[in-house]
Formats: sequence, structure tokens, C-alpha cells
Amino acid sequence: MKKTGAQLLCEGLIHHGGTKIFGIPGGAILPLYGTLSQYPELEHILVRHEQGASHAADGFSRATGKPGICFATSGPGATNLITGMATAMMDSSPMIAITGQVSRPGIGKDSFQEIDITGASLPVTKHNYLVMNASEIPQVVKEAFYIATTGRPGPVLIDIPRDVFMEEVEFDSSYWKEEIEILGYNPPKFANNTQVDKAVKLIEKSNRPVILAGHGVIISHAYDELLKLAESVQIPVVTTLLGISSFPENHVLSLSFPGMHGVAWASLALDQADLVIAIGSRFDDRITGDTSRFATKSKKIHIDIDPAEINKNIEVDVPLIGNVKDVLNQLLPKLKPKTHIDWINHIDKLKSDHPSLKIKKTDDLIGQYVVKSLSDETKGQSVIVTGVGQHQMWAAQHYMYCSQNSWISSGGLGTMGFEVPAALGAKVGCPDKMVWSIAGDGGFQMTLSELATIVENNIKVKFALLNNNHLGMITQWQEMFFDEDYYANAYTANPDFVKLANAYGMKALSVDNNEDVRPAIREANAHDGPFLIDFKIKKEENVFPMIPSGQSVNELVEESIDGN
Amino acid sequence: MVTSNTGSRTVIALVQNRAGVLARICGLFRRQGFNIASLAVGRSEQKGLSRMTFVVEGPEEVVRLVAAKLDRLIEVVKVEDISDKEHVYREMVLIKLNADNEKRGEILQLANIFNVKTVDVGVDQMTIETTGDSKDIESLLELLEPYGVIEVMRTGRVAVLKSLE
Ligand SMILES: Cc1ncc(C[n+]2csc(CCOP(=O)(O)OP(=O)(O)O)c2C)c(N)n1
Repeated sequence: MKKTGAQLLCEGLIHHGGTKIFGIPGGAILPLYGTLSQYPELEHILVRHEQGASHAADGFSRATGKPGICFATSGPGATNLITGMATAMMDSSPMIAITGQVSRPGIGKDSFQEIDITGASLPVTKHNYLVMNASEIPQVVKEAFYIATTGRPGPVLIDIPRDVFMEEVEFDSSYWKEEIEILGYNPPKFANNTQVDKAVKLIEKSNRPVILAGHGVIISHAYDELLKLAESVQIPVVTTLLGISSFPENHVLSLSFPGMHGVAWASLALDQADLVIAIGSRFDDRITGDTSRFATKSKKIHIDIDPAEINKNIEVDVPLIGNVKDVLNQLLPKLKPKTHIDWINHIDKLKSDHPSLKIKKTDDLIGQYVVKSLSDETKGQSVIVTGVGQHQMWAAQHYMYCSQNSWISSGGLGTMGFEVPAALGAKVGCPDKMVWSIAGDGGFQMTLSELATIVENNIKVKFALLNNNHLGMITQWQEMFFDEDYYANAYTANPDFVKLANAYGMKALSVDNNEDVRPAIREANAHDGPFLIDFKIKKEENVFPMIPSGQSVNELVEESIDGN
Repeated sequence: MVTSNTGSRTVIALVQNRAGVLARICGLFRRQGFNIASLAVGRSEQKGLSRMTFVVEGPEEVVRLVAAKLDRLIEVVKVEDISDKEHVYREMVLIKLNADNEKRGEILQLANIFNVKTVDVGVDQMTIETTGDSKDIESLLELLEPYGVIEVMRTGRVAVLKSLE
């Protein structure tokens, strides 16, 4: 049967379950938009900015594990996706971006809205395609989904010239059922058995083991395996920032997260361990600080699907290259139950000696208290999406993540502006889960135009805006590392966010004291629709503990000198 | 991380023969600030696949990281840093130089030890060709210098692992 390129693309998306699309049309991609109405299975959500489309697709991907799709036109539409693709790339989030391109005869001629997006997106995509014939579309779509979702996931971009969307080619739909294989692309599954045995020996010998659980646990859905490993051998678990919600934080073996703004006992446990089992984590510099002083007393086992991660930042003793879930299943039957009572008692002592998560008593409204209240009111069951900055760290520290895959944050790229569209995408992906976006007034204003998208589609996201009228994290760094030489850190003309939300047609409340925090959260939760709470928090408030950049646990600052 | 001495390293990659592959690969070297000292690309014995030989200057660990990242590229089928393995390599050079009738014989005699072939002869210039390792080529160029070298065109290095003895 004859089909157009646009029809082939739509069928491909449907066949692979990529039916939620975030996008904005434009000249080069209009032939695709002209086809969408023929496919009611495809749900297109019209956003307000392509960066929003990309983060929404990413939020959808992270929340569901299935690739979110975004559409953009050529030129500026395509370049607006770059930040979102980079964010997804750094955090190994599967996502498919479709961009329109100028028609084939116009390519290379600086045509109107022509940009070499496959060139521009090289470093921020796992792979990308420029499709020069409609007949290639089915194979490209198939490969794109396969590549985006397997191995170490990541964003894939498909750039399609306008006339290729309209080109008609003969197509046999049975093609969709065919398996594909890509020469040289064989994501590893199981680890080398000799290495597995070596890992078993190290675990048997260890008296002070710690598991460092990363995003890979979540990506490979290895929650049960991780839990089994921790429980059967009694190994305490610290998570990376993106590993948050891979292990229930209300579990006795949970030590929360270590690193730059991690809790002291987690950083100390890593430092004092004799064995670190890193699972699907990449020893990011926010965790290690000075790599030469990181966890020096320990042997290291590193489970990762990406061979390029092995020995990249930290030299390890036993690399286990494979899919986290499969490797853990290789390991588990070989491990005998064990206890580490002294070690766990020791860590309990670290916890009581360094009460990192204690919220100080103050009449001022502070972000920590807001997050803690949100955690209590939602019983640790909400999906939390954040921006980047102080509010992100408080959200990581003071929310008790009890439900799997409930933390969505830009860890690798640290993209402000993620908090609004990613929350939108996450809620579209999980309409039955509660989704709270914990936002800073800085990042919120980068992408708040998506409030219109949220209201238009009645996407029931709740916003806890931790509004300090400052780029809080910048203020903190200027205070601590630049002799309080404050510059470009204050937002002195913030809008009235309640009025702003109302203007978009969203319900909103403002809270400026401790008593009103919980009732406001309850009201937001009870409301059947999107909701914003503008928490007017104290601006002079820092995130602690802190290990300054490039330092080690020896330089950990538990709190500021003035008791802040 | 301990960094070893910076030296030149030879990396071989088997890649799909498609548009844009070279740009992807070079992008990874560029990101590390590596200069690609030489690069040779050509079809391999397998249909649709090309083989590339890179010579790059950089610390071993960083080259190892780049090689691992190269392997991550979808179109790269296989990568190997062969610097520490026994391998043989060759480069080829075309040299155009001043050579009137009088000098020509002299040049050829000199060059004979280097297995040189004449590829083009003009009124008072000639072009010769040779293959060898970099050192051979350097010495030949040095030897020819006094005659007036007009243009030197060198290929990148091509390398293969030695067969088992
Ligand atoms: C797109 C982007 N620009 C700049 C930064 C640098 N940056 C990191 S944190 C921060 C301040 C964030 O302010 P806000 O969103 O209000 O959050 P707060 O720290 O006050 O909680 C800035 C500017 C960034 N991470 N992302």
C-alpha cells in the first residue's frame, strides 16, 4: 500500500507505543501535523515552548520508563530542543525528538529556518538521523526506539525534510513485526562470570560494605533485586541523587544520599567502608568530590551497562559490565546471608552524632520545613519533580521517598526550568499518581509559560514554589566562596505568583508562615486540578551539610557558623 | 586519576560506512581537546564497513576513555587501542621536488634505499612515492631537503596487529 512519510512515522510511533507527543508546529513539520488527525491513537499536547516539549517528553520518559516524544519544526524549533535533549542525555533518559527539516532541495542553501540539527545535536543525543527518503522512515523509527530504550538509554533525534513527509512510498505493514539488529550495537546483559565470582568473594570478606545505588537501578527496574541484595547480606544503601527512590528511604538499611549536599552519615559511611558496591551509578563529581580522597579505604565493585563508565572517574577492583537487573540476578544466588551488626551499629552512631536532617526550630518559614511537611502530608508517596538549586537539595534531603521511581530531577546537567514542563510530562505519564513540583522562583520563571499548557489540558500537577526572591544557590555560593560579594543573585521584581497562576486560570495560595503550610498542602491535594502554593520562604537560608566542590568528607560543613 | 606520559597512540575502528560517521568520531576527540595527528579511512574486507586508523596524542587513560566512548557510537562496530600490542604500520608519501635532468639520477640513487617509485616526471620537477613507517619517511625527507622539496603529501598511518608467530 502507498503511504506518505508522515503516515509511516505516525504508524511507527503507534507501533512502538510512542503515543504521547509534546510539540509545536511550524512550516517544515506541518505535513506531519496535517496527518495527525488520521491517527486518533496519537495524543498531541501543544506546549508553549519547544524546550518545554523536550522536558515534558523527558519527564514522561522518566516517570514511565517509556520514551516520551517531542515534535519541533526546523531551525529555531529544533534548536529549542537542545537543552532538553542534553538534560535527557546526561541522565540517560529515553526520548524521541522528531524535527522537521527544510525540503531536500533547500538543504545546505541557508534556506529559511534551516539549521543543521543533526550536526548541532551530535553531543546531546545518543544517536540521530537525517532521513533523506521516506522509504527509510520505518527502519529509522524502529532503530530509534530500540536505541533510545536499550543499553544505556538516551535521546534519539530524527530530522525529516518537509518533502520527505509528503513523499509517497510503497509499504507493507508486516514490516513493523520484524525484529531488528544493529551491527556493533549489542547492549551487554550479563556480566563476566569470573568477575561475578570475584565480586562474591569481596562481599563475603567485607565487614563494612556499602551499596551506592544509582539511576541504573531505576532504569533497569531492579528495585526488588536491590532490596534482596541489601537485606540478605545486610548491606546499608546510600543512593546517588538520581538513585533516590531506587530504595525505600523508610527502610532500616537506607542511608539517604551522600555527596556535596548529601547527609553526613552517608558520606561518612562511604568514607569508612571497606567495600563499595556501585550499582548503575557513575561516580559523579558531586558524589566523589576529590577523587583521590574518595572512599580510599574500600575495594570497589562497579555494576554498569556502559563499559565507558568503568574506571572513568574512580578505579575499581571488580567491574561487572551488564544490565543492573540481570547482573544482580547473577550475583544474588551466589551470596550467602550475612550480618554486619557492628558496622550497622556504627552507622547508627554516625546518624545520631551527625543529625543532618534535623529541622531547626524557627518562626521563619524555611524550605526544609515545607518539604518535610509535604513529605508527611503525602506520606512519601508523591512523585516529586524539581528544578535546580537549594529547593532541589532540600527536596532530596527532607522528602522521605517511599515509593519506587518517585524522584525526577535534572541531576547531570542541572537544568533550571525543568521543574514545570517535566512535572507536566510526568503527570501525563502517570495520571493516577500524585505529582508535586518543588520549584525555585528562578527556574520556575524560565519555563512558566507551560502553566498555560497545564491548565489547557487540565494536567493535575501541584506546585510548591519555594520562593525566596533569589537565585538561592547562587546567593549561598557567593556567601560562602566569594566573600559575600553578592552580584546578580536577587530577583527584586518577582511577580505576584498567586495572581500569575490565577491569570493562567490555575488555583493558587500564598503561604508566609509555618501554621499555614500543612493546611495549604491539604487544600492543594484535595483540589481536583492543578494548584500552586507560593511559599514565601526566608531568603537567608543555606543548604547543609555541604562538601565544597572538589573537596572530601574531611571538609564536610555540617552547618554554618551563625547556626544557620 | 594518575595520568601517564603523553605519547602518540594508535586506535583502530571498524565503522559503518555512512554519512556523518567521521563527524561523530572526530567530535569525541575534539571534546577532549585531542589533536588527531593522522587519520586514514578506507573500505574494509566487510561489505558496508570501513576501517579507520587514528593516531592521537594524549595520555593513555584519556585515549582509553575516548576509545570506550567511540565504541558507544551506534555506527562504530569495534574499536581497539593497539598501541601496546604488537602491530605493524605504514604511511605513504608523495613528494614533489626540484629535479632537472642532472639531479634526477642522483635523487633516484639516493632514494633507492627507501624503496621509492617515480610517479611523475616533468621538465625540472619530479614526484616520487614511498611507503614506510614515519621514521623512514622523515629520513627520506631530510635526505631530499637539499634538492628543494616543493610539496609533501602524506597519508595517515594504517596499522594492523601482527599475526601470531
Ligand atoms: C539553565 C540554568 N542556568 C543557570 C544555572 C545556574 N544555577 C544553579 S542554581 C541557580 C539558582 C536557582 O535559583 P532558584 O530556581 O530560585 O532556586 P533556589 O536555589 O533559590 O532554590 C542557578 C542560577 C542552572 N543550573 N541552570
